[in-house]
Amino acid sequence: MTGVRDPAATDAGAVTGTRAAPRIGHGVGISAPRIDGVPKVTGVFRYGSDLRAEGMLHGRTVRSPHPSARIRGIDVAAALATPGVHALMVADDVPGARRYGLELPDQPVLAEDVVRYVGEPVAIVAADHPETARIAAERVAVDYEILEPLVDMEAALEASSTPLHPTGNVLRHVHIEHGDPDAPADVWVEGLYETGMQDQAALGPEAGLAIPAEDGGVDLHVATQWLHLDRAQIAPCLGLPEELVRIHLAGVGGAFGSREDLHMHLHACLLALRTGRPVRIAYDRHESFLGHVHRHPARMWMRHGADRDGRLVNVHVRLLIDGGAYASSSTAVIANASTFACGPYAVPNARIDGTAVYTNNPPCGAMRGFGATQVCFGHEAQMDRLAAALGIDPVELRLRNALAPGGALPTGQVLRGSAPVAEVIRRCVAVPEPPAEPAMGRDPIELPGGAGNVGRGEGIRRGVGFAVGFKNLAYSDGFDDGAEATVELTVDEDRATVARVRSAAVEVGQGLTTILDQIVRTELGADRVELLPPDTSGGSAGSSSASRQTMMSGGAVQAACRDVRDRLLARVRDVLGLGATEALELAGGRVMIEGAPIAEVADHAVPSLVATATFRHRPTAGFDPLGQGDIHVAFAFAAERAVVEVDEELGLVRIVQIAAAQDVGRALNPRAVAGQIEGATAQGVGFALMEELRVVDGAIANASFTDYLIPTIMDMPPVVSELIEDPEPDLPFGAKGVGEHALIVAPAAIVAALRDATGRELHRIPVRPDDLLGLATPRPWRAPPANPDVPFQVPVPLAGRATEPATELDRGRPGAG
Amino acid sequence: MTIWVRASVNGQLREAEVWEGTSLLGMLRDELELPGSKNACEEGECGSCSVWLDGDLVCSCLVLAAQADGRDVRTVESLGTGEDLHPVQRAFVDAGAVQCGFCTPGLIVAVTDLLDREPSPSDARIREALAGNLCRCTGYEKILDAARLASGRVEASGDRP
Repeated sequence: MTGVRDPAATDAGAVTGTRAAPRIGHGVGISAPRIDGVPKVTGVFRYGSDLRAEGMLHGRTVRSPHPSARIRGIDVAAALATPGVHALMVADDVPGARRYGLELPDQPVLAEDVVRYVGEPVAIVAADHPETARIAAERVAVDYEILEPLVDMEAALEASSTPLHPTGNVLRHVHIEHGDPDAPADVWVEGLYETGMQDQAALGPEAGLAIPAEDGGVDLHVATQWLHLDRAQIAPCLGLPEELVRIHLAGVGGAFGSREDLHMHLHACLLALRTGRPVRIAYDRHESFLGHVHRHPARMWMRHGADRDGRLVNVHVRLLIDGGAYASSSTAVIANASTFACGPYAVPNARIDGTAVYTNNPPCGAMRGFGATQVCFGHEAQMDRLAAALGIDPVELRLRNALAPGGALPTGQVLRGSAPVAEVIRRCVAVPEPPAEPAMGRDPIELPGGAGNVGRGEGIRRGVGFAVGFKNLAYSDGFDDGAEATVELTVDEDRATVARVRSAAVEVGQGLTTILDQIVRTELGADRVELLPPDTSGGSAGSSSASRQTMMSGGAVQAACRDVRDRLLARVRDVLGLGATEALELAGGRVMIEGAPIAEVADHAVPSLVATATFRHRPTAGFDPLGQGDIHVAFAFAAERAVVEVDEELGLVRIVQIAAAQDVGRALNPRAVAGQIEGATAQGVGFALMEELRVVDGAIANASFTDYLIPTIMDMPPVVSELIEDPEPDLPFGAKGVGEHALIVAPAAIVAALRDATGRELHRIPVRPDDLLGLATPRPWRAPPANPDVPFQVPVPLAGRATEPATELDRGRPGAG
Repeated sequence: MTIWVRASVNGQLREAEVWEGTSLLGMLRDELELPGSKNACEEGECGSCSVWLDGDLVCSCLVLAAQADGRDVRTVESLGTGEDLHPVQRAFVDAGAVQCGFCTPGLIVAVTDLLDREPSPSDARIREALAGNLCRCTGYEKILDAARLASGRVEASGDRP
């Protein structure tokens, strides 16, 4: 192959060996190799499902086959009599709180009197072999009285619907009114858009190992996203004080939001404490689909008004998302979806109503993009409709409306940080489009549908589509968001300087540990950086979610390093008798004055220097009664342009190229940033064209990788990434989180290209071949449902409040912030 | 009911007593302490459990442990160690083709298998050879880079990987 850059040959410092690694070459801004790369390529990296312990038992979960049913009784005799079974537990065996949840404690550890979705855990078994546990689980006889399930999110809004929970079926309603929502416009376009239920489909199934401890507590090793919030939910249910519940991070095989909620955590701990033996629970792929939350399906009614020059005047949005049977993070997802519903555009007048409801469908919660992905599909379709109605080029229309620093969102929040929306748009469309290629005579795998295309290239149409979108960084809505880290600078027996970092921040695959390593090398220039295994023995780092860890834990590590450096320099000043006026610097393991070395760090780092720091972003606010407030702390923007080919006879698609421009603040590791953009784009390709959990009467019909399709290497086009570096004030190095944004815009851009190729409206994703061929009947426009009559603007009670039974849920004060 | 399985695994004679329904993947991971082969789907869709059985690339989740009896099994652990990486492993690290890493061992086995047979494959051939390996993190761009890089280095050195 020609033209392949050899990164090892060209990247400064990309060499093997940890001792005395080049100091400069691994600092921020360099595409440093991943510090976990070697263990992962050799197969020695230990994921949750790889864990074992002496005397270990295997746990298995009995799950509801019904979306709604009353439990009349559970007969466990046959299961318990199975040789090799050590324990079987039901709801009455839970020693502490019976319910938990990320934001509202509404989810039973094990189902009590009713089940509310297909897959809900009802009982758990521990046995000496996984097969024994499986057989015993099958022998648990649950007597169900089957009830009529509520499976449609619009039906859930009706006052006559049967409430799933004592608080009713409305989880949260967000109402935003901005300017004069009755303001007239010259041109109006309206559309109804739908998105399906996407699955994170992380390749590593949920797994962990609980080990009972002599002090009566438990050590849980688990693949997760936020150790401390796990503990805050687990300890009350076990009836243990938090200090007796120790969570240790196991290797994480991808997350994408699916590991924010508890899955096997509590069940393994319960069985371990009951049996006094280590218990491993490792889901298979089928159980993984049942055992974690999914992306909320959404229905979005949008009405956009503009003047004749294409400037947005007024936007009306009605959103409805299906939270499924339990709250998970639905209240935060609907807040995000509502605040981003108009896109990254200046909108002087708006009325936005977003509702999240309970149904008997599988619970939905966090997935990469978190509400912004769904609404981007809608608002970008609307911008294209508006462009067509006005005869204005779609990209030009977006540029005319692009937000800029100083502009305001419909929540009234003024953009005070970096907001290079127009630059992102321009850089994206400046990427050269690949020239059209003749379809006839191609290698069949280059045809739409690849080897599945039975034609020879007839009827291929090309289309180009564009989308821009945005999302918040870190937590919002008044949540007190922080991350702690501790850094110790010391010297080893070979006189090499070593920086040890204690952080509970979770590496899910995004490359965080490498970034933290780069930050330490930049700040302290240590010969060696050691990251201690993340656990709950120190402070919380918050979640590896919401594009937040580079800024939050990166900020904490940077601050701790600077504290260590200041103390080191003070010590050097002291020892050498220097005055406070001399400017000391740290470079290459030496203390310098005006570029001249005066001391070796190794001579002054004994005894070791330790500092702990907490990074907090500035406070955010909740919504006021009209949905106004500084809800978010910072934003990043992205645009993608998709070039597609559609076989108009077979309804098959080939994506030819994706151009991706992203506002990254500053790229701390450019290759890792590109990797995030490429990976998120692939998940967007999946959401646009193939990925949907088909839920029929409340049951997932395609819970396997045979039936739930994710893109393969054959489906992916080249992704050309453009990184826009406009540093964000107040963030470490000005770097913005980069994990989510390509998945916000990719589906919208791809479907826009499909519309361009076919001329069809395509109001729903994923788009199926029948939609492209006009064989599916488009759902006609209908009026949006009425807003629910509930106290709205319920605040998000995130973190650590997950102990009260649902009947005592604090529904918040109307208009509370 | 259990059975004894004896096989050459990574050049060593290994034996294990397993439940008769155990897959080769299960035996490698749970009995032989070789968890490098991964369990992402256990139904032959994702390729993360790829190993060689008598030199043929197979999904070890679709092979019964009993079927491996008396045969030669090679896993990702046979390729290289942290001190001495195989060129394909080196290329995955250098190209940034690793994120969460759960698909990585299977992809490394699949790329090695391809380059053993075809040292200078076209992009189309690489795609075809890796079509059975799912990756959820990378979008495959850097996996393609890694395959090209490994191939290029093999060409430059004149060695087979």
